[in-house]
Amino acid sequence: MTDRSTAAILLLPPDGVSGTRKALSMSLWLAALAIPTLVPGYTPLANQMVVMILFALSLDLLVGFTGIVTLGHAALFGTGAYTAGILALRLTNDPLITALCGMAAAALVGLVTGSCMLRTKGLAFLVLSLAAAFMLHELANMASSVTGGDDGLQGVSFSPLLGVFEFDFRGHTAFYYSLACLFAAFLLVRRVVNSPFGWSLRGIRENDGRMRAIGCPIYARRLAAYVMSSALAGLAGALQAQTTQFVALNSLSLELSGDVLIMLILGGSGRLYGAFVGVPLFMFAQDLLAKEDPANWYLGQGLILMVMTLFVPGGVLGLVERLRRNLGRGGRR
Amino acid sequence: MEIKKSEWGGETMTAIVTVLFFGVAYGMILYLISVGLSVTMGLMGFVNLAHGVFAMLGGYAAVTLMNQTGMSLFAALPLACLAVTVVGFVLERTLYSRLYGRSELDQVLFSMGLILISMALVRLIWGPMAQPVQLPDYLKGQSLVGGIELPTYRFVLVAFGAAVIVALWVIFERTLFGARIRAAVDNRGMAQAIGIDTGRLFAVTFGLGTGLAALGGALGADVLAIAPNYPLHYIVYFMVVVAVGGLGSIRGPFIAALSIGLADTACKYLLPEMGSVFIFAFVFALLLWRPNGITGKR
Amino acid sequence: MNGSAPILETRKLNRFFGSVRVTGDVDFALHPGERRAVIGPNGAGKTTFVNLLSGRLAPSSGQVLLGGETVTALGEAQRIKRGMGRTFQITSLFPNLSVRKNVFLAVAEHEGVAWNLFRSAASHRDQFGRVDELLERVGLADVAEVKAQDLPYGRQRLLEIAVALALRPKVLLLDEPAAGIPTSESHIILTILDTLPKDIAVLLIDHDMDLVFRFAQRITVLVQGSIMVEGTPAEIAANERVRKIYLGESDHAAA
Ligand SMILES: Nc1ncnc2c1ncn2[C@@H]1O[C@H](COP(=O)(O)OP(=O)(O)OP(=O)(O)O)[C@@H](O)[C@H]1O
Ligand SMILES: [Mg+2]
Repeated sequence: MTDRSTAAILLLPPDGVSGTRKALSMSLWLAALAIPTLVPGYTPLANQMVVMILFALSLDLLVGFTGIVTLGHAALFGTGAYTAGILALRLTNDPLITALCGMAAAALVGLVTGSCMLRTKGLAFLVLSLAAAFMLHELANMASSVTGGDDGLQGVSFSPLLGVFEFDFRGHTAFYYSLACLFAAFLLVRRVVNSPFGWSLRGIRENDGRMRAIGCPIYARRLAAYVMSSALAGLAGALQAQTTQFVALNSLSLELSGDVLIMLILGGSGRLYGAFVGVPLFMFAQDLLAKEDPANWYLGQGLILMVMTLFVPGGVLGLVERLRRNLGRGGRR
Repeated sequence: MEIKKSEWGGETMTAIVTVLFFGVAYGMILYLISVGLSVTMGLMGFVNLAHGVFAMLGGYAAVTLMNQTGMSLFAALPLACLAVTVVGFVLERTLYSRLYGRSELDQVLFSMGLILISMALVRLIWGPMAQPVQLPDYLKGQSLVGGIELPTYRFVLVAFGAAVIVALWVIFERTLFGARIRAAVDNRGMAQAIGIDTGRLFAVTFGLGTGLAALGGALGADVLAIAPNYPLHYIVYFMVVVAVGGLGSIRGPFIAALSIGLADTACKYLLPEMGSVFIFAFVFALLLWRPNGITGKR
Repeated sequence: MNGSAPILETRKLNRFFGSVRVTGDVDFALHPGERRAVIGPNGAGKTTFVNLLSGRLAPSSGQVLLGGETVTALGEAQRIKRGMGRTFQITSLFPNLSVRKNVFLAVAEHEGVAWNLFRSAASHRDQFGRVDELLERVGLADVAEVKAQDLPYGRQRLLEIAVALALRPKVLLLDEPAAGIPTSESHIILTILDTLPKDIAVLLIDHDMDLVFRFAQRITVLVQGSIMVEGTPAEIAANERVRKIYLGESDHAAA
């Protein structure tokens, strides 16, 4: 509500956020910058996390803010990944151009599938989201001359970023590149969810019937959110292709759609930072549990979901918030 | 020329009969597994992605009973069915019922959790490989029908499935219990008002639905392979049957399951390289045209 | 009665649920500036009628005209955009959003800023000015930052009205705004209605006869989905059939 310079608005969380939270989020971003220097061995893992955070953030726009539950979000991630990968093998391997194309392709797929799917809701929407992702997965599997089929796209390499920074084996360029994209996407999403448009998405989530009765074109609003989310998911996919130099068929799979949903829920949906908390937790847990036997990891994920839905709605961030509120109340008493 | 033509005709005949036969068998399995899901979802409005878990459990239970204790197929089927019914009943009372009225997201997440836990447990107990079905000798092999060789077991499957379906329809349409379910699907508030104990009705219906799924899973163990990824692998099919058939209906899913069984079989036979893409494209179009399924309101 | 053309009109409006006719051949006209009440026993089809007017429900047959134009084929959002506003008998708000945000959403839609993607909502001062003015008007300024679901029920009813008023409607449809508000306090509703611009048409449904008779210039009595009689409050009060069917009922209740 106060007039501030654009730079300050861009860098700081919006009003109403406490000073400690501002400081916390700033130091989070700064700490991320230091990862390649502090723990160089973990840079590729950190890059992987950054990509998944971006993917989960894109899902948050749908699940958390608009209340659209999709089981096929990987379709858009995969579209971005394959677009970047195929372009690199056939046309151009400039990272920025292919990333933009990946975003555009995913946005287009989102526009086409979304304009159909969003006419329905409930079970029909869930099944359509499954079916759409399933079809893309099958198509990618069949068109193996272009996509590499089951083996995925191997050996995709990209030219140096901006013609200067090579994607080196230590993964530093890759990490900073992904982090920059994530930061840009984060600023964008934060702007959007704090805009009247973003508020209207929450209105749709809370009570779409009432939104209609105040004259809101629900379908168009949902579709806009869907396309935006698709573009970001596509960007995440493209980054995945560029920074790992590989596109796996499973980037279109139901498993990935499920994983990203779990990551988001674990952190807390509808809170912007949910993805940032959920993804690392998920990946650490996966690292810990999946080593011995994949069954342990299934069990872990299943228990996470059960506990989250039955006892900890709102994810880890929701839990933290409740604890703080209770402590605050206790202190005042 | 003449001979060739008739040969070609014979081949087409064989193809048609084969596709019909396998398609119907497949469709019946899909129906047995999904019909309970349709009724419980219509009844409780619960988005239960985990219904396939019960089919898988039925499959494992039957296969284990047969392979380990040498029990006959026809003894193992009802036992497996009964065991899973109890599991379903208990899960409904202890867990599912806590999530009625919660958001769709919570229900989706909860049932995803159930899928993952069941996959893990099954994998820990039975290992990662698919469980082979040891059929008794008289059910192995092929039977010759009108000059076409077809697997004997599938005949049993179709006959048995048909009998169960007829029984199910009689129960649903002709008994007081069925009438209660139909009333509660139509209007839960009204059903409660006329003294139907909906809580118990939910639990019993859920149990029966899971029992049917178990039967379908066990009976169809050589159609849909019994392996730990079962509930995830076939989830699209079960959900599609229910969505296309229409919630709360028992006839709609029958039509949907048979159509999908036939179409999927035909596609895999005629265009093996295209897999199931056509079917899903068709389902996509159908659901856009009728979001509430073929029996639902438009 | 009124020289001007009706702002809202229905022609032979019918609605069936299955084989049950819930709205039957309703010909209805509402003129600019008119204060109209629709009354009728429980289940008479009043809410259904409002839903048909606002476009929430599609009629089985018949026409709805808004400002002289047929809007039968338009959905609710589109009709609202053309100058309708409505409230719900069963409170329908955004439970997890603050009172201020609830009203802001409506103001934003009405003023066409809801598509603003990149400007923060908080910086829309003009719109928030209107929000605060509306909250002042319905007496919710003191709870502006409270979540809608944390308001007592009676105040949620007021918020319901504020959200509809935010749309600056030419036609305002109020479905039992006083339901859930103690009769002793229903005058608050009346006070709010009194502050409305004189040129907007208001259709009020309520079972509180005191409120209805003080508010309305004309009253329409709906029985079993059809208009039984329409007239001035005095005419309605004097009507034998109405007394029997409707007012008699409430007299008994009062006795
Ligand atoms: N969606 C529906 N499906 C079937 N019947 C319905 C539906 N909505 C309303 N009805 C029926 O239509 C009739 C009229 O209902 P409506 O809610 O319009 O009455 P009302 O006059 O608003 O009653 P009240 O004074 O109790 O608010 C009732 O008998 C009701 O049961
Ligand atoms: Mg009503």
